[in-house]
Amino acid sequence: MVTQSALTAPSSGGGMSIGPRDSKGYKAFTWFNGSFLVVLCGFMLYPFVTVLAQSFSSAGAVKAGLVNVVPIGFNVDTYRVVIANDLFWSSYRNTVVYTLVGTTIAMVLTTLLAYVLARKALRGRNVLIGIAVFTMFFNGGLIPNYVLIQTLGLKNTMWAVVLPGAISVFNLLVMKSFFENMPSELEEAAKVDGLGWWGIFRRIVLPLSKAVLATMILFYSVAIWNDWFAAFLYLDKQELFPVTLYLRNMIAGASSTASQGAAAAGSTKEAISANIQAVTMILTIIPILCIYPFVQRYFVSGIMLGSVKG
Amino acid sequence: MSAAHATGDAFATTVTASGGPVPSTVEDEAVRGTTRPPTRKIGWGHTLRRDWVLYAMALVPVLFLLVFRYIPMFGNIIAFRRFRPGGSIIGDEWVGMRYVELFLNDPNFWNVFGNTVILGGLTLLFCFPLPIVLALLLNEVRQRAFKRVVQSISYLPHFLSVVIVVGMVMQLLSLQGTVNQLIEAFGGEAIPFLQRSEWFRTVYVGSEIWQTVGWGTILYLAALTTVDSSLYEAARIDGANRWRQTWHVTLPGIRPTMITLLILNIGLFLNVGFEKVLLLYNPLTYSTGDVVSTYLYRVGLVSNNFSYATAIGLFQAIIGLVMILSANFLSRRVVGASLW
Repeated sequence: MVTQSALTAPSSGGGMSIGPRDSKGYKAFTWFNGSFLVVLCGFMLYPFVTVLAQSFSSAGAVKAGLVNVVPIGFNVDTYRVVIANDLFWSSYRNTVVYTLVGTTIAMVLTTLLAYVLARKALRGRNVLIGIAVFTMFFNGGLIPNYVLIQTLGLKNTMWAVVLPGAISVFNLLVMKSFFENMPSELEEAAKVDGLGWWGIFRRIVLPLSKAVLATMILFYSVAIWNDWFAAFLYLDKQELFPVTLYLRNMIAGASSTASQGAAAAGSTKEAISANIQAVTMILTIIPILCIYPFVQRYFVSGIMLGSVKG
Repeated sequence: MSAAHATGDAFATTVTASGGPVPSTVEDEAVRGTTRPPTRKIGWGHTLRRDWVLYAMALVPVLFLLVFRYIPMFGNIIAFRRFRPGGSIIGDEWVGMRYVELFLNDPNFWNVFGNTVILGGLTLLFCFPLPIVLALLLNEVRQRAFKRVVQSISYLPHFLSVVIVVGMVMQLLSLQGTVNQLIEAFGGEAIPFLQRSEWFRTVYVGSEIWQTVGWGTILYLAALTTVDSSLYEAARIDGANRWRQTWHVTLPGIRPTMITLLILNIGLFLNVGFEKVLLLYNPLTYSTGDVVSTYLYRVGLVSNNFSYATAIGLFQAIIGLVMILSANFLSRRVVGASLW
């Protein structure tokens, strides 16, 4: 039960109760602390605000370095330009597809294995756990992975992006400990009613695990949404790129123009891409921001689950 | 069951670890092999008849792990065999330690190795303690709403793609960016940060702090809620002020969490944000920014020296494994808390 309630537990316990006798020094500290945290939040948010302001500003203003917090020469033309771009849309669509497919595969594999590993009486369980846990501490490395994907003929297919990350051992262990902490009476009762392992899994365990399943779905989908490197490594065709790689190429292009013409007055190309870059960044972040309230709550509880050992 | 109570239970195992013997965990058994003697002898035939559904369920996931995790592990054999791109996955012929000797005698390798150690060390130096400080500060906040807002905002960067983070860094540090505007406002001269090798480490570590400091507080905040409030009571009666309470009660209370995270951080020491470096560096900043993983990426996939790069990667993976094992061993011996 512990983990189940930990899953819904808010992260803060409200601090500790403190007696009425706070020294003057402590009061001063409280003020300092509050102001410090406000400033910190400013630092945390500033990059977002700047990018947002730039995305609504005129190209000229961005190029001249006038835009910091408030948009200058407010317009939404840049959004129109980006949205009208076919390559942007195909990348965005790819990201959505990769995220859906990848998350589905990952969830199926992780849930199945976690359920099996949570059967404490299962013979060979420790070997299976060992197989999974060892991959956390030693991994094949860049080149052997690349050779594998190439040999399997997955290069330039969606599967190169979607498959390799399918089981995150951390997520697996979190889920396993959740399943282990389910009351065993439920299982016993189901057995008496004649349900097999699969029946127990489908009819009893899954319906009772909605919270942990939601957490895992978010873990996986955010990871796949944000990933760019697998695509960078394994995909050569532009029409397969996810939006993160599209953005990366845009940024890399802009920065190489910048370093080439370092002092020699910034070209217009650079200014345009600073603008378009900002819009692309915003459009890439938006889905994450939209689900952020849920993501945050579930992520926190997921991390807490993960800290329950064994 | 109250929420605070639940988290308390969740951490109970970790907290007791500092005192008594190390609790035996599942991973523990898995790594050392079974410690319990088998209680009953049942033939595999019987087991399979009874549990075949479970084994069938595990089949695809285990096959997945074998193919996508273990084949690459064995694929490291091409560090000792000549590999022809497009040829056999395990290479064509044995060349022994040739590639290992090659990189051990490669001055570039030692250069990037040094960079990795410095960058990893700096990251550890800042990104490990700062979340503790932030968690302690957050813990002193009594307005719950304010605390929650600060938490939400500081977690946010964690959810961004590294591409976005690097994009933001480049915008802020560009010649017209906010940082250079500030420098010029104070009468300085604009600095092309990303083209200067002496700035690379600062930029990297700074962005790493921005991205990780908030998220890093989560486990500490959870641990802080489990500290026994009667200890504070006792400390106050003994005349301890807030600072001394923090020093003598709070910090010891979260020590097991600190140690666990320190071990993990040390184990990942050499894996310095490969993707971030790859996005952030350029030939002008190679002298400080190039790390082992980016070097082997260029050697392997840009210049097509697969075997050579694999030898470097294997070396790095083994060092990583040794480091996490020894960090774990040391902390178990010295402070009695360990990951497994």
